[in-house]
Amino acid sequence: MQSLTNRSKQVERKPMTLWEKMYVPAIAKGMSITFGHMFKKKPTVNYPEKQRPFSPVFRGLHVLNRDEEGRERCTACGLCALACPAEAITMEAAERLPGEENLYREEKYAAKYEINMLRCIFCGLCEEACPKDAVYLSETFAPANYNRTTFIYRKEDLLIPDPKTQPAEYAKAKGNKL
Amino acid sequence: MPEEKKLFKVTIDNITIEVEPGTTILNAARKIGGDVVPPAMCYYSKLKASGGKCRTCLVEVAAGSTADPRPMPKLVASCRTNVMDGMVVKNITSEKVIEARNGVVEFLLINHPLDCPICDQAGECDLQDLSYGHGEAGTRFEFKKRIFEKHDIGPYIQLHMTRCILCYRCVLVADQLTEKREHGVLDRGDQAEIATYIQKALKNDFIGNVIDVCPVGALTDKTFRFKNRVWFTKPVDAHRECSNPQCCGKATLWYRGDEVFRVTTRKDQWGEAEDWICNECRFEKKQTSDWIIEGPRKINRHSVISQGHYVGVQKPQEVLYDVLDGRKPRLFMNIHDVSEVNEPGRDLSKIEGPAHSTDFIEKK
Repeated sequence: MQSLTNRSKQVERKPMTLWEKMYVPAIAKGMSITFGHMFKKKPTVNYPEKQRPFSPVFRGLHVLNRDEEGRERCTACGLCALACPAEAITMEAAERLPGEENLYREEKYAAKYEINMLRCIFCGLCEEACPKDAVYLSETFAPANYNRTTFIYRKEDLLIPDPKTQPAEYAKAKGNKL
Repeated sequence: MPEEKKLFKVTIDNITIEVEPGTTILNAARKIGGDVVPPAMCYYSKLKASGGKCRTCLVEVAAGSTADPRPMPKLVASCRTNVMDGMVVKNITSEKVIEARNGVVEFLLINHPLDCPICDQAGECDLQDLSYGHGEAGTRFEFKKRIFEKHDIGPYIQLHMTRCILCYRCVLVADQLTEKREHGVLDRGDQAEIATYIQKALKNDFIGNVIDVCPVGALTDKTFRFKNRVWFTKPVDAHRECSNPQCCGKATLWYRGDEVFRVTTRKDQWGEAEDWICNECRFEKKQTSDWIIEGPRKINRHSVISQGHYVGVQKPQEVLYDVLDGRKPRLFMNIHDVSEVNEPGRDLSKIEGPAHSTDFIEKK
């Protein structure tokens, strides 16, 4: 058969020499490699105590953003749900009543907004689709749980803390993004 | 022997077609179909005297007729210019036309707000399609867009004057379909606006059709307002016996699950209503039992409404039942136990106008 590359090697099938048959030198060589690794720099970190810095393009759990005045940016335009290849996002819209102008940025807002984290593949297409800068993926892992019901994230779970009343929490949730 | 009607030969973008005398260039192009059809924002074939206002259908006439082959000095509005024998028209093959059309779109968008995320027309909006095809990504307009006082024109129709492009289609609908027109264009120039003179509700039997003829989101269905996005609803053709003799009773129902969210007329390939329906059919009959279902409405596959709907999909056969010897698989989680969206007890389609925060007070 014609080989696809010229890198193929014929396997040697000649009988072992006496030196090879003794095995002990080979074992010693292997042990020395193992022993040598004890003095090398560890590639792992002790995870919960120590955490690696995230890459700037890391895509974690979603955050629903607020504007500078603490109003929700989302207008329930449905583009994130349209872009979502896993169909993880659902929402129901409502009209802003007089007196709710300090809560919602636009005339229309998402009364219900849910992301099913079981379906989500963290591709970030919702973030790209959003015309209002309202949804983005944070630097947080989706936590593990035995219970499926905890993976339906409602609007209250996703909303970023209010920058006016909770500036510290807001800054922390915002992270280095944007 | 009746005299045979003489047909006019007209060439549009190097395609020759024979049409009857008195046909406009736009309608001749529509007979050819495809890319050579100029877009139209104000012309509506079912409304008399429409057209000539938006200037998006401008074309170049390279030769006036066989008798007088001189070109027309300026671009002409194809919806208002009749063909002549031997006329040569350039639409997409003319650089001048493309440039002029881009300019017209830029003018139309000067005062049009960028609120497509909120607008209920998004997804089936003529201006959206037009600006996608001809518009530029940025704007050169540095001033404030015009704003208007909000007018309430009744429980059925929502008016967003800022989105209006003054095509006059709704005025013509009121003139030609209803007995008495109650709205019109007030004031002039920059201040021109669609309104009723001294706040009045539009409640004529056929006035709901202004929603369908509106090429933008200036007139939208208040009973559908903010309920759902157009592309998440499923269009289904249906008809009913309407007591109104002028109503054709043929409509498109827009479903989400089992709920009828919206009823509209059926739109043809040019985005025009095939026939008019009355207000009762449009706003009052939002039950499947009111209608005789004909089947799913065919939507152009380039439309966002047909996103995710593929032709000729073969769904794999469910084998789980055979493997489990007929036992039903255990459901790990019923989504309605957890999710608050699309709750079985709350039908958005049954709420009169748009939903408000008061409609979402927790029951659990």
